[in-house]
Amino acid sequence: MEHGKQSFVSRYIFSFDHKMIGKQYFTLAMTMGFIGGILAVLIRLQLGFPSKPWPFLENLFPVGMASGIMTPEFYVSLFTMHGTIMVFFLLSLLPVSGFGNFLIPLQIGARDMAFPFLNMLSFWTVVPGAIIIIISFFVEGGAAASGWTAYPPLSAIRSAIPGSDLGQTLWLVGMIFFVASFTMGGLNFVVTILNLRTRGLRMMRMPLTTWAQFVVGILGLLSFPALAAGALLLTFDRSLGTSFFLPAGIFIGDTLMPHEGGTPLLWQHLFWFLGHPEVYIIMLPAMGFTSDILATFCRRPIFGYRSMVYAIGAIGTLSFLVWGHHMFVSGMSPFLGSLFVVTTLAIAIPSAVKAFNWLFTIARARIQFTSASLFGLGVVSLFVTGGLTGIFLGTNAVDIQLHDTYFVVGHFHFIMAGAGLFGAFGAVYYWYPKMFGRMLSERLGKIHFWITFVAYYAVFFPMHYLGVSGMMRRIYDPNVYEYLQPLQPVNLFITIAAFVLFAGQLIFIYNYFASMARGKPATENPWNAAGLEWSTPPHPGHGNWEGEIPDAHRWPYDYSEPGKKRDFTPQWEA
Amino acid sequence: MSQTAIAQADWGGGASPFGVTWQKMMMWFFIVTDALLFAGLLVSYGVVRIATGDWPAQSEVFSLTYIAAMTFVLITSSATMACGVKAAELGRSARAAQFVWLTILGGFIFLGMQAYEWSVFIHEGGGITGNPWGSPTFSQFFFIITGFHGFHVLTGVTVLLVVAIRAAMGRYSPAGVENAGLYWHFVDLVWVFVFALFYLV
Repeated sequence: MEHGKQSFVSRYIFSFDHKMIGKQYFTLAMTMGFIGGILAVLIRLQLGFPSKPWPFLENLFPVGMASGIMTPEFYVSLFTMHGTIMVFFLLSLLPVSGFGNFLIPLQIGARDMAFPFLNMLSFWTVVPGAIIIIISFFVEGGAAASGWTAYPPLSAIRSAIPGSDLGQTLWLVGMIFFVASFTMGGLNFVVTILNLRTRGLRMMRMPLTTWAQFVVGILGLLSFPALAAGALLLTFDRSLGTSFFLPAGIFIGDTLMPHEGGTPLLWQHLFWFLGHPEVYIIMLPAMGFTSDILATFCRRPIFGYRSMVYAIGAIGTLSFLVWGHHMFVSGMSPFLGSLFVVTTLAIAIPSAVKAFNWLFTIARARIQFTSASLFGLGVVSLFVTGGLTGIFLGTNAVDIQLHDTYFVVGHFHFIMAGAGLFGAFGAVYYWYPKMFGRMLSERLGKIHFWITFVAYYAVFFPMHYLGVSGMMRRIYDPNVYEYLQPLQPVNLFITIAAFVLFAGQLIFIYNYFASMARGKPATENPWNAAGLEWSTPPHPGHGNWEGEIPDAHRWPYDYSEPGKKRDFTPQWEA
Repeated sequence: MSQTAIAQADWGGGASPFGVTWQKMMMWFFIVTDALLFAGLLVSYGVVRIATGDWPAQSEVFSLTYIAAMTFVLITSSATMACGVKAAELGRSARAAQFVWLTILGGFIFLGMQAYEWSVFIHEGGGITGNPWGSPTFSQFFFIITGFHGFHVLTGVTVLLVVAIRAAMGRYSPAGVENAGLYWHFVDLVWVFVFALFYLV
């Protein structure tokens, strides 16, 4: 494919090329993730050393850390924005928007996404959203402080707490930008995968990564409208004085609010109708990456491909029927609760199908331990750990005890945040040669993996004990309760481990940027992988293939076929 | 090949399993998303209405004959749109453009009628924070649901204006008319749900 002359702007900024847009998403998501990580460090600082003064931080946050001591209002803003940034702007943008854009056309044999202009637009819609979210820290009253779930009345009444004012408004505006961007992206993903596959690439020959992105696109299209409707109603409640989410009789201080007629439960339903599929929007791409990575480095066809596809579909479908399990203590009818328990536990079946298929792929294989495959194995480990605690929380009888404790924090950091993050890391190590035409340092990658893996367990595993002991989520200073004071050493341990975890990510950031310039130049197919994306040149230009697009003659998992000279047969070979 | 040419080139991939262009499929998926947005609003309305209890009798607040007339106008515009799409498919571009202009006229009449309905409603005391008929959420949902739908009608009219003006300039494609038509039918269909669920039930 011949290239026209491109200016700097059309090549690097307003690019139509899906690979450049993918990399733009990477940059944005990694920046946001870094900020989200700093917020996590600040949260742990408070929990590890409650109300200890840190004078140097006063320069950075003159209001929130006045005289170096964190105020409760600032703490509340910190975990709210940590959750929002990590869930939406790191874990959705990196694996879905970033890798989805980068990989889908390469893996299905297309020259670009179906609608490149819309693709560019979707990126430049999420950028203002991210900027608004960051700016909200520096406005009067600070950032939003109603949790990443933005439950009313805290989020709906402007005078409730400082963060309920301008910060919450900016949060809503930022989220509306995000939803608009994600919808455009999802439309592009779904039609591209359905219509632009190369000759011979039947749906049942697609890599599991593409399958996951396909289902994720559909999940996004079906679930985000609920959040958009909720955000619209919430904006009205906040700015025009309506009472969609506000019942009569709310007092703020001594003032009776004039609202009547609404119900805060409505927001919880609308939010979690998005919120639970969102968890799988984060999880499914990580599952797809893991499947592709493990097959390549075990030199094995993925075990049970067909059941893997069905499991992705089943998880996607069931994710719409379980939102009530976030609301067991919200005053829901116990009968309805039991129904949600059944659907929730049903998700364990396709999830277990995936976990066992990975284990059967690994079993007795001669695994090549690269950074990518280590992170792939990490996903399996975190997914199983988090999945098991999910069974606790999905059962309403147990959840009523554990709800809103650190048990929940530990659980979702394993299954959603952890598995999603490890999957994304594995994918970066695996596809980096195709992204920048160079290899990442394997040595740094392995150091990064072991620090991350050990520190991750050290941070989040003890949280289960904290939760069972009764330490509540989102608490500013657990030591105000006598029964939580003996847990302070555990909190200190977690805080130190969290610092190590954060420091470990600096290795990755260094590796990522340094290897762009100094990494070993990559060959076309450095891992001897069979997927279609490895038939492109090491640093593919716009259009991806120089000549004709290759046909797909087989599925992408033909490894170690008996009687063949090579231990893999590429998808593009007849 | 220039960047735009790359972007616009037909990559030729398989059109299975649905056998339609990606443009049409994208419109369908967008309609699903947009429909769910309305579903979110209508479900919210249902939940709040059941939770509230004292919901006013709509027939005493609105003139249902007038609303029925609005519905008739919108459904008629859907019929003219369908004629336009058919004419475009048969390659009779002048005829198609005429029908699109008729549809636009229908859309404007509907919007005008809605504006009048709102002014009467506000004049009788219906406000964003309260109303004389019962729960304040009644008038709030009235404004947000009909307003959001009216906004969609306005968007649809704008899209159709673009199609009609492009056709007048000779830049016209049957697929474009069809996709605009899909959106227009969707907007009309939503109104049927709004009419049934907000005004009648």
